[in-house]
Amino acid sequence: MGVKVRIPTILRTYTGGASEVAADGGTLAEVLDSLEANFPGIRARVLDDAGKLRRFVNVYVGEEDVRFASGLETPTPDGTQVSVIPAVAGG
Amino acid sequence: MTTYAGADITRDAHTIRPGAFGNATTLRCRECGATTPLGAHYACSDCFGPLEVDYDLPSITREQITSGPPNIWRYQSLLPVPADIASFPNTEPGLTRLVRADRLAAALGLRRLWVKDDSGNPTHSFKDRVVAVALAAARELGFQVLACPSTGNLANAVAAAASRAGIRSVVMVPHNLEQQKILTTAVYGGTLVAVEGTYDDVNRLASEIAGEEEGWAFVNVNVRPYYAEGSKTLGFEIAEQLGWRLPQQVVVPIASGAQLVKIDKGLREFVELGLVEDAPYKIFGAQATGCSPVSAAFKAGHDVVQPVKPDTIAKSLAIGNPADGPYVLDVCRRTGGVVEDVSDDEVLAGIELLARTEGIFGETAGGVTVATLKKLVETGQLDPDAETVIINSGDGLKTLDAIAGKVGPKATIRPTYDAFTEAGLA
Repeated sequence: MGVKVRIPTILRTYTGGASEVAADGGTLAEVLDSLEANFPGIRARVLDDAGKLRRFVNVYVGEEDVRFASGLETPTPDGTQVSVIPAVAGG
Repeated sequence: MTTYAGADITRDAHTIRPGAFGNATTLRCRECGATTPLGAHYACSDCFGPLEVDYDLPSITREQITSGPPNIWRYQSLLPVPADIASFPNTEPGLTRLVRADRLAAALGLRRLWVKDDSGNPTHSFKDRVVAVALAAARELGFQVLACPSTGNLANAVAAAASRAGIRSVVMVPHNLEQQKILTTAVYGGTLVAVEGTYDDVNRLASEIAGEEEGWAFVNVNVRPYYAEGSKTLGFEIAEQLGWRLPQQVVVPIASGAQLVKIDKGLREFVELGLVEDAPYKIFGAQATGCSPVSAAFKAGHDVVQPVKPDTIAKSLAIGNPADGPYVLDVCRRTGGVVEDVSDDEVLAGIELLARTEGIFGETAGGVTVATLKKLVETGQLDPDAETVIINSGDGLKTLDAIAGKVGPKATIRPTYDAFTEAGLA
């Protein structure tokens, strides 16, 4: 099982062009570790030097922005979809 | 060239003509400073930071500007658009009224106040400015569809601009949007999609689609660096219409925050070009309390903005996760302004106050701005003696629901003179 992760265009250089990849882990932090193992370098694009989510990246577990949940500790049950999306917005 | 599938490939293959972006030179990350060639890029590949257009600014005179067209294209050389921009069908937005608002000023105890009334644009909001620039970028980059997630005003502007340009539009809005904004988008005939969710949900969906659908220009997503530049023209026009000088205080409504940040950029560019004399000015941000993540961050002294779930009648400002929020904080703090927020009741009172003192019917965002101005004066945060400009970003006809229960006929009478006098109307 595990989770599926949607990869934004600017990170697809790491995933060989794949827009969705499989990963494992019971929390978002573990999912990012799993991604890093398969696609070295990708974690540092999502997290800053202090290991926090970068200011301009939004990560969703299911439909929930993890900033409304538990951030990197947000649970990621089997079958969850994780989406990584650049933060842009304008009404 | 890379071989993976992605939205950038089509753009790489598309030949960008010389001068397609005027005097723009590159895209620069506002976070880490890394540069990216001009193209359909919007997020830094190093740090996800937003990209901004850099220019080799030309020397330009006031006379060159005033002899240009009576719309935003008079500032063509300061925008990422080609020199022949005016020859392409577009809605020709801008050069809206700067209204001297003496009666509103008196009501609030201000010495001199102006309303930059952007409800005068072709689809009745400031969004026509940004969409006109985004449309130009989309055309130069070879996109075939003009799209957006929207809280309504942008929906109107994109649908209208696409119709005028003869290209397809796809507009995505929250399903609970005001009926006026739904109809004033649908009438233009593009594809209008109501999404079951908040604006932030719609925006997320649009961001995902933008990564998959080649040929789609989401004006405020994948061509956002160009789009956002359009709001500089508000700053340009304010300075030009004041008689080529800077305002001392400006109050701007905040949704994503891009408008406020770009008004500041426009004013600074005019200073840099020697078109106006340098002088201190303060920029103030206005939010509705029901969606006030930037105001909350300002008051808490934070430099990051914690997203919120919006709950306010000011739907055009209901962006719970405003991408330009951190830059709004930077601008307001740098200039000595503040970010403040007001309740929905104050918003309605603000709409009425603007209408009754100046004959200007603003939408809820205008109500937010007027109410915030009032609060800033009353709390001593804004100098009543300094010349102040406020932005009315959209037309009250788009948010009739907001005031439907508040205003109406004073009396309903039979069509006779007796009835008129009996009703005490003389």
